[in-house]
This record gives sequence, C-alpha cells and structure tokens, in this order.
Amino acid sequence: MASENGSAETIVRVHNVAQRYGRKPVLRDVSFQVNAGEVAALLGANGAGKTTLLRILAGLDNPERGEVWLGNVPLAAAGHEIRRYVGLVSHRPLVYDNLNGLENLRFFARMYDLVEPEPRIEAVLTAMDLWRRRYDPVRTYSRGMIQRLAIGRSILHDPPVLLLDEPDTGLDQESVAVLTDLIAQLRQGGRAVLVTTHNWERAERWADRVYHLVDGTIEDGDEVLKQR
Amino acid sequence: MSSDSLRGLLGRPVTMRTDGGSAAFMRKVWAVAAKDVRAELRAKEVASTMIVFGLLAVVIFGLAFDLRVPKSSMVVPGILWVIVLFAGVLGLHRSFGAEVDRDTLAGLLLAPVEPSAIYFGKLASNLLYLFLLELFVLPVMLVMFDTNLFQFHILLGLSLGTLGYAEVGTFFAALTANSRARESMLPVLLLPVMVPVFMAGVSLTAGILDGRPVSGLVSWLVILAVFDTIFFVAAYWIVDLIWDGI
Repeated sequence: MASENGSAETIVRVHNVAQRYGRKPVLRDVSFQVNAGEVAALLGANGAGKTTLLRILAGLDNPERGEVWLGNVPLAAAGHEIRRYVGLVSHRPLVYDNLNGLENLRFFARMYDLVEPEPRIEAVLTAMDLWRRRYDPVRTYSRGMIQRLAIGRSILHDPPVLLLDEPDTGLDQESVAVLTDLIAQLRQGGRAVLVTTHNWERAERWADRVYHLVDGTIEDGDEVLKQR
Repeated sequence: MSSDSLRGLLGRPVTMRTDGGSAAFMRKVWAVAAKDVRAELRAKEVASTMIVFGLLAVVIFGLAFDLRVPKSSMVVPGILWVIVLFAGVLGLHRSFGAEVDRDTLAGLLLAPVEPSAIYFGKLASNLLYLFLLELFVLPVMLVMFDTNLFQFHILLGLSLGTLGYAEVGTFFAALTANSRARESMLPVLLLPVMVPVFMAGVSLTAGILDGRPVSGLVSWLVILAVFDTIFFVAAYWIVDLIWDGI
C-alpha cells in the first residue's frame, strides 16, 4: 500500500503516549509509526511497557496522555467499528477453553460480522494446523496449539493492522518458522505489523524496523542492533 | 502451521457486514448468549451451582420452619424470593467474572461490538439460568411446603421480578467484574437496589396465596413492570457510556 507520491502510507502513528499504573510511569512520551507493508519489532525486557503499549493500540486501554492514530482516525475519537481494522495476539489466548476450536472461531466470526464465514474458518484452522482437532475442546489443546488458535483468531477478519505480543510463546521450531512466513506474507500483503519479542535475532529476522523500549521510552533499536 | 495453506489464506478476500442497525445488534446479542450457554453446558459451573444451592436452601428452610409456623404459606413467599435473590448472585457474578478470570473479556472488547450488545447477551443467558433455577425450585417447594406456587399471577410476578433482577444483576456484575472483591461487592451493591422487586414480589405472592382478589394486587405487578422497563432502558444507555470504566 503506497500513497500517491510513492511513499508507504502510515497506518499506525503513536505520538507522545504516556501511561502510568498508580504512581509508576510505564510509558513516557512514546512516539513511533508503522507503515503499510511494514513489520516493526518492539523489543524490551519484562515490564518495559510493551504489553501496555499494545493494549493501548488495540483500544483496550486509554493512554493517560498522547495520541494514537490508525490511518487517519484518532483512536480516542473512533467508535467500536475501528476494531475491525486491528487484530491482536495477546499474552493470554483470548479464546474460550470450554468451546472447541471451531466454535471459538465461529463465535468471533459472528462478532466481526463475517459474510460466509465457514470457508474462512476452515482456511484459518487448516493454516494453523488445527482442522483435525476442530471438534476438541480448547482445554485439551497443548500450549502451542492454543497459541496457534490465538493467532488464527487474530487474522480471522484479515485486519490491516496486526499487533503480536510475543507470538512465538509456546510454539515449536516448525511453528515459529511458519509464523515467520506468516509475518513475511502479512508484510507482502500490505498489512502493518507490530510485534513484541525478547529475542533480538527474531526481531532482526522478522522486522523492517526495530524499536527498543527501555524504562518506558523508545530508543532506535536498529542502532542497538548495529552495535551488537 | 503450514506455509502453503497460509498463502491461500492471505490471498482470499474477507468480507464483513458493516450495515449495523438493530439486526446486526441482535445477531451479536444472540452470539454472546449462545456462546455463554454452550460454554455453560460444557462447564456446568453457573446454572448447576445456582440450582443445587436453591434446592439445598429449600430443604434447609423447610426443616427450619417445620412445625414452627401455623401455615407454611405464611413463610413461602419470603423463602421463594430470598432463594431466587441469593442463588442468583452466585451465577450473576460469574457472568462477567469468568470472562475476566480467563481474560476473554479483552477478546470480546476487541471485536466491533457495542458494549450494550455484550450486556444484553449476558442478560439473556443469566435470565435463562434464573428461570432454570425457578423451574427446579418451585416443584420442590410444592413438596416441602405443600404450597402450590404454579398459579398464573405468582408466575407472572416471578417472571417480571426475575427479569428486573437479571437486568440489574448483569449490570452490576459488569461494573464489579474487574474488582478483586467482586464476590462480596456484587451482593452489597445489588441487593439494596432489589428491595422494591423483593417487596413487590413477596407481597404479590403472599396476596395470591392468601386468596385476596387479583384486582387489589395489580399495583405490585405494575411496580415490577415499571422497574423492569426503567432498568432495561437505563442499562441500554448507561452501559455504552460507562463501559470504559469497566
């Protein structure tokens, strides 16, 4: 996706976002952007504020200060319809363990108003290698299978913005390789992807641009990568 | 995961209905309610707890009042409504509490759905659980107290009171969902608000059992209906406004 002058369109713009929990500041004037067809990695230690930032971008939390724009729409002023354009893989799978994989995706397909959802659900479950286990309750899935279902849920409605919070958690090497392929294909398809990870090598492999979150502030991770 | 199937997946266009309107709203209400009921059929942690508590309470009240009151119909109205209120709290706090505990509420909130649609979906499933509770409790009360509660005006009053209870209970369950002390906060907030429903329900049930003419008891039915209407409309408007705080 490119604008008329040939430059990539900015899909996610974060400007001076600050957030605190109680008295403790978690994010301090964080600013960055992610363009269409671009993968940005957000690196940082535990407690650096990565998840907080992703929750704000997904519209689950409001920042104390600052602005987030999705395309031309400020998130603070947008209604719930803006959520069609965002997919999130969170630390928690956000799926129902008493339902099976098929029922979970059918439910979310209804919530996203998907037209003719069944072929899409089958395609997602097949891509996530869960089609054979579609009738099994999610509580019987392994951690890696649940993570794959969570990834499937996040791309079910094919959002232009995908937020992946440590998506490789619990995945085996083969699934990580396919996740890498998925991220590459999302980039190729013009989606804006923001992925958090602790793993510098994976960040370098997955992302076009790397941001480093330290004590709630953003540093240019590309510079850090060069120094490594 | 397979790379070949991924390529096919991302190449297919996905269409979403964006028409909105009441049909879309109702589809989401239905989806939330159906999901809750389906999950409950597997887990059996809400309705079954309410029913078992309700039946135990009937037996305990039956033993407690046996031979101590001249007529069981003197205590039956109060017992019925106390059981519905207390057993109801057990289920109501799980309606949003289970979503918070499993962090699935975030998944719901990520979808393009009005908070009021989630509320009404939860209201529908809570209403179903409460009616199920009453379906089990009333016959046991008939046996334990030898009092027939299967009378049209008692059932009408019970239905209206249950609707009001589910409306207010679901609202406060949403409000207290993120609180660590939600189990204790919910009844503390909810039960005082339910006083008009409790009083109207008990008075109506007692009046019918005492054989008083229905024309003199219509005012209790009106109170229940007005309560239901006010909270139905208020919840529709307020839930969307206050949802950020939930």
